[in-house]
Amino acid sequence: KKTRTGITERVEKIIKLHQKLTDEFYDELEEILITSDMGIDTTLKIIDQIKTEARAKKLADAEAVRDLLKQKLYDILNNNEKYAETKAGPSVILVIGVNGVGKTTSIGKLAHMYKKDGKKVLLAAADTFRAAAIEQIEEWGNRVGVEVIKHQEGSDPSAVVFDAIQAAKSRNADILICDTAGRLHNKKNLMNELSKIERVITREYPEANKEVFLVLDATTGQNALQQALMFKETVDITGIILTKLDGTAKGGIVVAICSEMNIPVKYIGVGEGIDDLQPFSAEEFVDALFSA
Amino acid sequence: MAFENLANKLQNVFKKLRGKGKLTEKDIKDAMREVRLALLEADVNFKVVKDFIDRVSEKCIGAEVLESLTPAQHVIKIVRDELTELMGSTQSKLNLSAGSPFILMMVGLQGSGKTTTAAKIGGYLKKQGKHPLLVACDIYRPAAIKQLQVVGDKLGIPVFSMGQNISPVDIAKASIGAAKKGGNDVIIIDTAGRLHIDEEMMQELKDIKSEVRPHEILLVVDAMTGQDAVNIAKNFNEQLGIDGIVMTKLDGDTRGGAALSVKAVTGKPIKFAGIGEKLEDIEPFYPDRMASRILGMGDVLTLIEKA
Ligand SMILES: Nc1nc2c(ncn2[C@@H]2O[C@H](COP(=O)(O)OP(=O)(O)OP(=O)(O)O)[C@@H](O)[C@H]2O)c(=O)[nH]1
Ligand SMILES: Nc1nc2c(ncn2[C@@H]2O[C@H](COP(=O)(O)OP(=O)(O)OP(=O)(O)O)[C@@H](O)[C@H]2O)c(=O)[nH]1
Ligand SMILES: [Mg+2]
Ligand SMILES: [Mg+2]
Repeated sequence: KKTRTGITERVEKIIKLHQKLTDEFYDELEEILITSDMGIDTTLKIIDQIKTEARAKKLADAEAVRDLLKQKLYDILNNNEKYAETKAGPSVILVIGVNGVGKTTSIGKLAHMYKKDGKKVLLAAADTFRAAAIEQIEEWGNRVGVEVIKHQEGSDPSAVVFDAIQAAKSRNADILICDTAGRLHNKKNLMNELSKIERVITREYPEANKEVFLVLDATTGQNALQQALMFKETVDITGIILTKLDGTAKGGIVVAICSEMNIPVKYIGVGEGIDDLQPFSAEEFVDALFSA
Repeated sequence: MAFENLANKLQNVFKKLRGKGKLTEKDIKDAMREVRLALLEADVNFKVVKDFIDRVSEKCIGAEVLESLTPAQHVIKIVRDELTELMGSTQSKLNLSAGSPFILMMVGLQGSGKTTTAAKIGGYLKKQGKHPLLVACDIYRPAAIKQLQVVGDKLGIPVFSMGQNISPVDIAKASIGAAKKGGNDVIIIDTAGRLHIDEEMMQELKDIKSEVRPHEILLVVDAMTGQDAVNIAKNFNEQLGIDGIVMTKLDGDTRGGAALSVKAVTGKPIKFAGIGEKLEDIEPFYPDRMASRILGMGDVLTLIEKA
């Protein structure tokens, strides 16, 4: 149903066109990476490394570069870490990100996934700001069949999280997932609000495994790097959820983020439905980039 | 500071040029490489950048620049002028006199800001003495109707909805009668977010369009959008025929190169800028300011003045 020209197709094309590792060949390689939103710095870095390796290995034809490129991207993205949610004991997941990236929807999908795994899940409606945000997560709660802890619109989000933690304890929940309002990373007061929420979690629920998921929209360009940097300064991000990969955007910005910041991508969103969340696999992501 | 990087880079390029006095074609080429990188870093689409650089290079290589005693200034001026021209030099408004009720339809990707912007434009027009009606045609997203009702309430603007079990086409159609009955001279239709490659959902928009014949269709684009902005804008425009664009979330620190891309690829004017989550956070779009933002033009202008 959707058309997506993979990188492979284009790499094949320029391989055929140039055959040898000419400047023009590298220019076109650069173009391919940039149009996936990898950004200038990361692109130039990768190209440089490929050039160096090609020279060291005395590779003369363009064909060989393709595998090098693939391997390079894979190495950057393959950042396996233990999932705290699968460790013993209760877990709490704080979901953060800028406006409209897909936080609430991803929470619905996560809740569904954990519930299918047999976990007892609880949701906290800690976006008390956006119009009908509470109703939205409640509807997800109904769909999935999990309880949502909520206050009134406009109330203090840390108070919601506080209550949700007490509820998680008393109901013996395995996983508590906290929604938060979308906020731009350049807004000081909103970022402070976020650290306050994190402090409440740390203080009130020390026995829980803590995860902080930053949600990024695959359609976003270079600003996503800025988002990751600023959110990381505020809270301890443990993973990224990359949404909207069902569109035509390549999501290349996560390559830049992984290469510069070492935050693992944990899940990808591939649609608006309840099942449209998948664990991230570096291999599949790179393959998808390369598939024609 | 958000643009420090970009401004610094341009400054360095032009410093190099200034030191030379007279330029060779190679100097121009070097400078253009830096401008190119800066634009790409600002998320301007690759092809748009390419065309832009070609045009600017051609102008720069003209004898006037090469022989100028202050070539850097000439180059800067050419870059600035070309960019402003690409952005569109005049501010573009809604053509409210096109009909009564004036029908406006909001379309775009998921989460771009359609619902919020629909309400903001409603509030903006209400202040100008209009009587808008918001129409809830997103029957898919959880609590989408409720969201529109909440923002409508806040602004004292009525919201027309028929729940989630009536097709958006029928809702849009029925809203015209409701507007006439309620004395509303503006209808603003909120639609569900959708991917430009989702044929079924794009067909729904076409159906709404042919049923209610909106006077304007506005594509809502997140200012943080990357290289894909051209695909999105091109697809919506080709399939639906848009009349204008709204850039949202410009209160962030994105350079917003997508604005340049969508303008270049559709030729359609950007009419509004969303500059915050609050319902009054909307303003007419100023192309010259956007050009400044993408390039860090404030600094560039200072450079010209200093010279
Ligand atoms: N196509 C697609 N749409 C998605 C995906 N994830 C979320 N969405 C849609 O994106 C829009 C925004 O999603 P939300 O979950 O409300 O985003 P949010 O980050 O909670 O938004 P705010 O709370 O307003 O900041 C909705 O229309 C979702 O259905 C995805 O993976 N693919
Ligand atoms: N900071 C900021 N946030 C905005 C702006 N415009 C919209 N938003 C926020 O972006 C998020 C998504 O806005 P919506 O109006 O729900 O977007 P939508 O396009 O209707 O989303 P869907 O209906 O799910 O496709 C919300 O959190 C809004 O508050 C803006 O100009 N600046
Ligand atoms: Mg949300
Ligand atoms: Mg909406």
